[in-house]
Amino acid sequence: MSSNTVSIAITGAGGAGVMTAGQSLLDAAAKAGWYGLMTRSSGPQIRGGEAAAFLRLSPRPVGCPDDRYDVLFAFDWMNVERFSAEIPLDEKSVIICDAAAGDAPEVMTKSGARLVSLPLKDTVKSIPGGRVNMIGLGILAALSGVPMKAVDAVVDDALARKGKEALAASKAGVQAGFEMAKAINVDEIALDASGGSEKGRWSISGNEAAGCGAIRGGVRFVAAYPITPATEILEWLAPNLEKVGGTLVQAEDELASVNMIIGGSFGGKPSLTATSGPGLALMTEAIGLSVASETPIVIVNVMRGGPSTGIPTKSEQSDLNIALNGLHGDAPHIVTAANSIADCLSTTQWTVHLSEKLQAAAIVLSDQSLGQSRAIIDKPVDSGLVAEREVVADGVKDYNRYAVTPSGVSPMAIPGTRGGEYVADGLEHSPLGRPSSAAGDHTIQLDKRERKLTQFDFGDRWADVDGDGDLVVITWGSSTAPAAEACERARAEGISTRMISLRLLTPAQASRLEGLLKGVKKILIVEQSHSKQFYRYLRAEYDLPHDAEVRVFKRPGPLPIRPGELLSEIRSWS
Amino acid sequence: MEASAARAIPAKDYKSDYKPVWCPGCGDFSVLSSITKAFAELGLPREETAVISGIGCSSRIPAYTSVYGFHGVHGRALALATGLKVARPELTVVATGGDGDGFSIGGNHFLHAARRNADITYVVMDNQVYGMTKGQASPTTSPDWEKSKLTPHGTGVSPFQPLAIALASGANYIARGFSGDPNGVARLIAEAIQHPGFSLVQVLSPCVTFRPEQRDWKEITREATVPYTDDTGRAARRLMTDDGFNTGVLFKGNRPIYQPSLEQSSTTEDLERAFQV
Ligand SMILES: Cc1ncc(C[n+]2csc(CCOP(=O)(O)OP(=O)(O)O)c2C)c(N)n1
Ligand code: SF4
Repeated sequence: MSSNTVSIAITGAGGAGVMTAGQSLLDAAAKAGWYGLMTRSSGPQIRGGEAAAFLRLSPRPVGCPDDRYDVLFAFDWMNVERFSAEIPLDEKSVIICDAAAGDAPEVMTKSGARLVSLPLKDTVKSIPGGRVNMIGLGILAALSGVPMKAVDAVVDDALARKGKEALAASKAGVQAGFEMAKAINVDEIALDASGGSEKGRWSISGNEAAGCGAIRGGVRFVAAYPITPATEILEWLAPNLEKVGGTLVQAEDELASVNMIIGGSFGGKPSLTATSGPGLALMTEAIGLSVASETPIVIVNVMRGGPSTGIPTKSEQSDLNIALNGLHGDAPHIVTAANSIADCLSTTQWTVHLSEKLQAAAIVLSDQSLGQSRAIIDKPVDSGLVAEREVVADGVKDYNRYAVTPSGVSPMAIPGTRGGEYVADGLEHSPLGRPSSAAGDHTIQLDKRERKLTQFDFGDRWADVDGDGDLVVITWGSSTAPAAEACERARAEGISTRMISLRLLTPAQASRLEGLLKGVKKILIVEQSHSKQFYRYLRAEYDLPHDAEVRVFKRPGPLPIRPGELLSEIRSWS
Repeated sequence: MEASAARAIPAKDYKSDYKPVWCPGCGDFSVLSSITKAFAELGLPREETAVISGIGCSSRIPAYTSVYGFHGVHGRALALATGLKVARPELTVVATGGDGDGFSIGGNHFLHAARRNADITYVVMDNQVYGMTKGQASPTTSPDWEKSKLTPHGTGVSPFQPLAIALASGANYIARGFSGDPNGVARLIAEAIQHPGFSLVQVLSPCVTFRPEQRDWKEITREATVPYTDDTGRAARRLMTDDGFNTGVLFKGNRPIYQPSLEQSSTTEDLERAFQV
């Protein structure tokens, strides 16, 4: 379908080595100078159980899974039905399985895909210490066009520690796989290996990227309570933060973690935590404290299916409402959204910068599909945006912590500053910081806290805008990649489209978006929620052109939105 | 701490000029004095000291001091204080609040702050009632107190034992005082600040408005005749015969302190190398 990309699904029982095979293939593609994306899926078992790795490789950057799979590689058929909805196949697809695994289930073969069964288990018997997944790696590398040299290099890196024998066994397995692949007509699928160019590639997950962005932005204090699918941010930060002189505390719950970061930030350290819907819900009271006391904090919220425990391991863009509107009182704060794995880094870094600059509470929205997927990307350029909090100097006289200023930002005194002693307060207060229930003080402080955000120039990062045309796709977060690919394909077919992906959700940049939408006749809104949360938000915050027709493509998790579906939507409309 | 005695500050200078909202006769006035006396005794630099609280009458205390402070949300003072202390270990961090704030809504943080044992001093003004919300039973209220509209037949629930729970959870210094003895409480607080780790000072501090009978506490509180111990077993046995009105230091331990190092060993570029393929 889409040229120059190859999509591979690998499935198997726990212990079959599905993830190792997938990860090694991704790494090998990176070594060959390609880009790629790998997402994972697993059954409900906590550990073990069936697992699936989904890969898409290309000489060009890859943002989302394709519409279909070129190859399904099944180590066995254990519970594979569980993944069938996630693995669209067609008559051009190839299913490769072990001859010893029995008949392929009908859900997989009814697509018309070509079935190739190979003597995997038999072959592995002739390789002392060999493993089926290494044969699989060899077959898949050959099928996708990844050179043997690149696979060898990856196996070397991964197994050097395990000793000569393990290394030799793995290499023999890979070699055997390469040979076996000759039995399949590789040319139909394989990419042209010469397309790649080796320069400064990174292999990173969205959650690692968010952690890295936090450190680049200057975060030096983190409080953590584990929750799927955000935990990897915290687990990446724990060892890395301490290397750069920061600290991470494991809290007893999210009520504690958010209050801890308020404490750390009050102490002058840029502070952050990461969580998912249920944790964000617990934190909302204290986010109000951050707003009222003007103590900057950043919360990275990695969304999963909700409400309640919902679908912890799958993606959904359904925490938008709580992030925007979950706080009590009139509580202006910042909500940003990362729209790719790489953007998890830059958006987190930018948000730390904004939160510190504006002494504001800030929520970065990411989701499971970004956080827990791994991509090969170009090394992200450092924006240089770091925490720069406006503070008062030692020995300050007549200090008013909440002084009314034109920008709304009042310089903060960090403990240790003589003359700056003040009490940060969640009670409404006077400019001096004394509790006050006077109408005047309330209005003055509400205005000030609002002004900080509305008067600030957020620059170009508020949205990514691409292309031109009177059909505009508006989207956000992880829906951006399929929308962008759909627009690109539409343009290739001669349908001019413009894509707008909002990165700054609040404060809403109404005049900017409205400027882009002038004269537009067709607006397609794309989001992964059941109740059209993003559509409702757009309706509430922006004046969409009155004569434009507005359509919504929405779907809840867990199934991803595929570029081809959006392309059909665009085609049917033009 | 001793070094700064040179710039000795009188206790009154640790008070702000902001007038407390408390009812005349409230025990918390005296606890405020004890806190400022303790600061003065230790010669704490004001800018290096922070008083953190939650919500309640007692939690109003930070604004009445002249050091740094945070008046946060109900029940979370210890979490906020922990964040501050871990991020800025050189500061003296004192958390304050009431029995409702600390043992009911904040109960989980109380257990874990004691367990974590960061170097924080926690002064709880225990009046066995929710003062600020106008007289409901708190975790330390006796089961047969029938004066609350919310529990007209009494709670029927046995009271929370702060000292025993602090001991079981891992606190490193545990003491009880009575607000009617401000100098005694000041000594306890000063000692608690100096003692490493998590220190609990429970101060019996009458709520004259909703528990007027607590005025009698001056008759029934007494200084414990047994000296403090560093043995958790002995301390636990003493608590078995404690009626809640013995004052003084119960326990001073040597439990390991929580304070991660803040030394830097790498640059951001070093960390990022791990992502290169
Ligand atoms: C989340 C939340 N729930 C309830 C309240 C209402 N509230 C304010 S103070 C308080 C109890 C205070 O009791 P205590 O901590 O014993 O302090 P005291 O007023 O007796 O000093 C309650 C329930 C609140 N402020 N926040
Ligand atoms: S209500 Fe009770 S605790 Fe509150 S200020 Fe009055 S006497 Fe003190």
